[in-house]
Amino acid sequence: MKQALVQPSTTQSRPLRPKFRIGSVLLPAYFILLLLPIYWMISMSLKTNDEILAGFSLWPKTLTLEHYHEIFTNAAWYSGYLNSLTYVGLNTVISLVIALPAAYAFSRYSFQGDKHLFFWLLTNRMAPPAVFLLPFFQLYQSVGLFDTHIGVALAHLLFNVPLSVWILEGFISGVPKEIDETAYIDGYSFGRFFFRVFIPLVRSGIGVTAFFCFMFSWIELLLARTLTSVNAKPIAAVMTRTVSASGMDWGLLSAAGVLTIIPGALVIWFVRNYIAKGFAMGRV
Amino acid sequence: MARIELDGLAHAYRPNPQKPEDYALRPMTMTWQDGGAYALLGPSGCGKTTLLNIISGLLRPSHGRVLFDGRDVTDLPTEARNIAQVFQFPVIYDTMTVHDNLAFPLRNRRIPEPEVRSRVAHIAELLELTSDLKNRARGLSADMKQKISLGRGLVRKDVAAILFDEPLTVIDPHMKWQLRSKLKQIHNELKLSLIYVTHDQVEALTFADQVVLMYDGAVMQAGTPQALFEEPEHTFVGYFIGSPGMNLLPCTLEPGNPDGVQIGNLSLPVDAHLLEQVNAQSDLTIGIRPEFLGCSNTLEGASSRNLPATITRVDDLGTYKIVTATLGAHTLRAKLPEDARVVTGPGFLNFLTGQTKLYADSRIVR
Amino acid sequence: MIKTRNNKAWFLVLPVVISVAFSAIIPLMTVINYSVQDIIGPDQKVFVGLDWFKEVLRDPDLHGAFLRQILFTLVVLAIEIPLGILIALSMPAKGWKASLTLVLIALPLLVPFNVVGTIWQIFGRADIGLGGHFLASLGINYNYATNPLHAWLTVILMDVWHWTPLVALLCYAGLRSIPEGYYQAAKIDGAKAWAVFRFIQFPKLSGVLMIGLLLRFMDSFMIYTEPFVLTGGGPGNATTFLSIYLTKLAVGQFDLGPAAAFSLIYFLIIQVVSFVLYTIIQRNSNPNASKQVAQ
Repeated sequence: MKQALVQPSTTQSRPLRPKFRIGSVLLPAYFILLLLPIYWMISMSLKTNDEILAGFSLWPKTLTLEHYHEIFTNAAWYSGYLNSLTYVGLNTVISLVIALPAAYAFSRYSFQGDKHLFFWLLTNRMAPPAVFLLPFFQLYQSVGLFDTHIGVALAHLLFNVPLSVWILEGFISGVPKEIDETAYIDGYSFGRFFFRVFIPLVRSGIGVTAFFCFMFSWIELLLARTLTSVNAKPIAAVMTRTVSASGMDWGLLSAAGVLTIIPGALVIWFVRNYIAKGFAMGRV
Repeated sequence: MARIELDGLAHAYRPNPQKPEDYALRPMTMTWQDGGAYALLGPSGCGKTTLLNIISGLLRPSHGRVLFDGRDVTDLPTEARNIAQVFQFPVIYDTMTVHDNLAFPLRNRRIPEPEVRSRVAHIAELLELTSDLKNRARGLSADMKQKISLGRGLVRKDVAAILFDEPLTVIDPHMKWQLRSKLKQIHNELKLSLIYVTHDQVEALTFADQVVLMYDGAVMQAGTPQALFEEPEHTFVGYFIGSPGMNLLPCTLEPGNPDGVQIGNLSLPVDAHLLEQVNAQSDLTIGIRPEFLGCSNTLEGASSRNLPATITRVDDLGTYKIVTATLGAHTLRAKLPEDARVVTGPGFLNFLTGQTKLYADSRIVR
Repeated sequence: MIKTRNNKAWFLVLPVVISVAFSAIIPLMTVINYSVQDIIGPDQKVFVGLDWFKEVLRDPDLHGAFLRQILFTLVVLAIEIPLGILIALSMPAKGWKASLTLVLIALPLLVPFNVVGTIWQIFGRADIGLGGHFLASLGINYNYATNPLHAWLTVILMDVWHWTPLVALLCYAGLRSIPEGYYQAAKIDGAKAWAVFRFIQFPKLSGVLMIGLLLRFMDSFMIYTEPFVLTGGGPGNATTFLSIYLTKLAVGQFDLGPAAAFSLIYFLIIQVVSFVLYTIIQRNSNPNASKQVAQ
């Protein structure tokens, strides 16, 4: 809604924002810092192990896909990949489904203990993992969720749900309350209103929340590793274990690393138009 | 203070404009006198804001020049133009106090602090902001914020003109009236050049000495409120100004009659010297304001300026009556005094001499 | 927004509460339980009251880890917040360049924690790494595995690489929300670039910056995986931050009691700081204060 007010820029418009001179140096320099390590990993993943160990080379002299081939043909590798995608997907869906009504409640109603509840939800992002891992392990094992996709997805709710509620609440508060009231006057039931009117209105918020859920669940390793052994073992854990067992296979490690970035890169590409708004969590 | 001249000014957002429609602002040449209160009036999207932004320097025109007191400022950016502008939405600096907000334009120009203080005090006094000077600007109401925006323009001694871009849009109706009279008062006291953009004709007509009416990127007419009302130079001016707007009746030349036109199958006398100026291909229109259109049920003294019509509706609006009548296929409105006795049914419309205008291709014929 | 008082709203919140409580409460209770007991064997436990708390508060290794943690968090915040703002200011506002910049900048955020460690390991090693090799060719005897200073610099650089994008994107979003009218007014008021930043852009950013500060504080204070992969906490204890130390204590030495006791203290510290930041955010995002202009 705010966007609509911004006047379209025009060719002869004088630049309004002050030109940020350091920016023309800073931004390229930053991008070099940002991209060089990634480039290096990609480059390593395409080198043979002999070349890596033989000495330094800026780019692969003999291009090889052997490391990727290894990953895609070895079930221990690619199943880790599928496991990660499965529990990340589950987590994203569950987070959204339960966070949406809650965010709506926090945005529209005041109720007994709402402020404290909200902060309590947030505090669950703050539990230092080291010591909490053991009780987590015990808990999930005792209820039969150990080494299941849904188990990891549930554990990741701990930090994704509070954040989802927070982001969505910001977006929902940007939707005027009059819209709810009009819908009720027009005879919509709560459920029909919620799905037909409301969800389409906060679509971009949902997109952004999904991005954050994906991101934090995808990059998390400690819980995912602790709560799995074989069947739901994430790709990141496969990387740490396999490599430490067989010495340092740098090429394979790099290839696996490159493959962990790709889903994230795809997700960013799809939500790029929401990023600007979404990163502000509806709160600017 | 300065005289502002627009010399062959035009603006197109796209490069290489060919047709008139390519221009957001069609070529115009005009002068805004020093110390005048001008209103720039027109419907949304007519180019008012574009023109305003060109004068303030936020936009560089694609064609023509802008001169302040004869000096070409076309290529000067806003900062170098000594222009103040008040926007539709009040812009205030949230983190500052009201005093610091008012002082901001002066401090940016490195005016010595004692002078800053005295200027701010003076302007705050004028705008009745003195008691709020120490408060944070952030929690204030919209009209207070807009006063501060205005104040930031007024504190500067050197401003060539203050431009207002629909400044009362977000203000409560009763505060609108107050702020407008405040503006009028400031104009009288400080003799500033003011250019006031609005789509509200009442605002424009009550505020300005001179009204510039724009439509579709072109200036339709510039003149006093009275001239716009009595002598609309373009049918759009007649239609847009006044409530209700001018009655406009398409008509044709009457064959063999040098001083009359035909409206449907009725004939209305028009000065021969007007008709002489019209060429046969033009689309002709008769325009008459409801204020000047007589209306009665019975004929009072036979005259060829009376045309038979059907009165379909009479609305009593307290201080006056609005009568709706049909003349052939056309609907007209007449504004009559409160005590006029008119009822629906057959009647006559009287086209007052001198106030019945003839337009050829929408332009007035004189 | 005026909220309706309605306790039935609890039903809407219930799924969230249950799902979070499931993973939160029992482990927390267990940790509290550990912290007041001495676990001697599988079925042998002794209640020791607050002894573990007293002990860990005197533990010099823990003090060391704690101080390193504070230093690390302060340093990365001091770099990431200003750098993020500067980058947001330099980013193009529209067009394909803006899209490309956004996507590239967001990239490090989606790299799993341990892969971040791996990337910097591959990059930083003097034998196979581009960065390490480059420094060596400059005659710098760089080795993050043996030199504590180098280890610190590498860990900080890694965190800056990983998380500055979050701050930058938050600020970028904040900057995009400033209506054009503000910049126009600033031009007319004769404001120079610094004044525009100080009085228009920065106030608008303060809301998102607090969010960034909160998230970065929480995550940097609990950092574990990235330095663990890169340095394993070494050389010596040089990069042994709190989480790494606690893991050594709990898993390595199986001193669950002290580790649990300190975890609770740790948890509390994070909560108190976060609560302060959160309260500031709530105050800032009072919707009535700033929205009139933007609508």
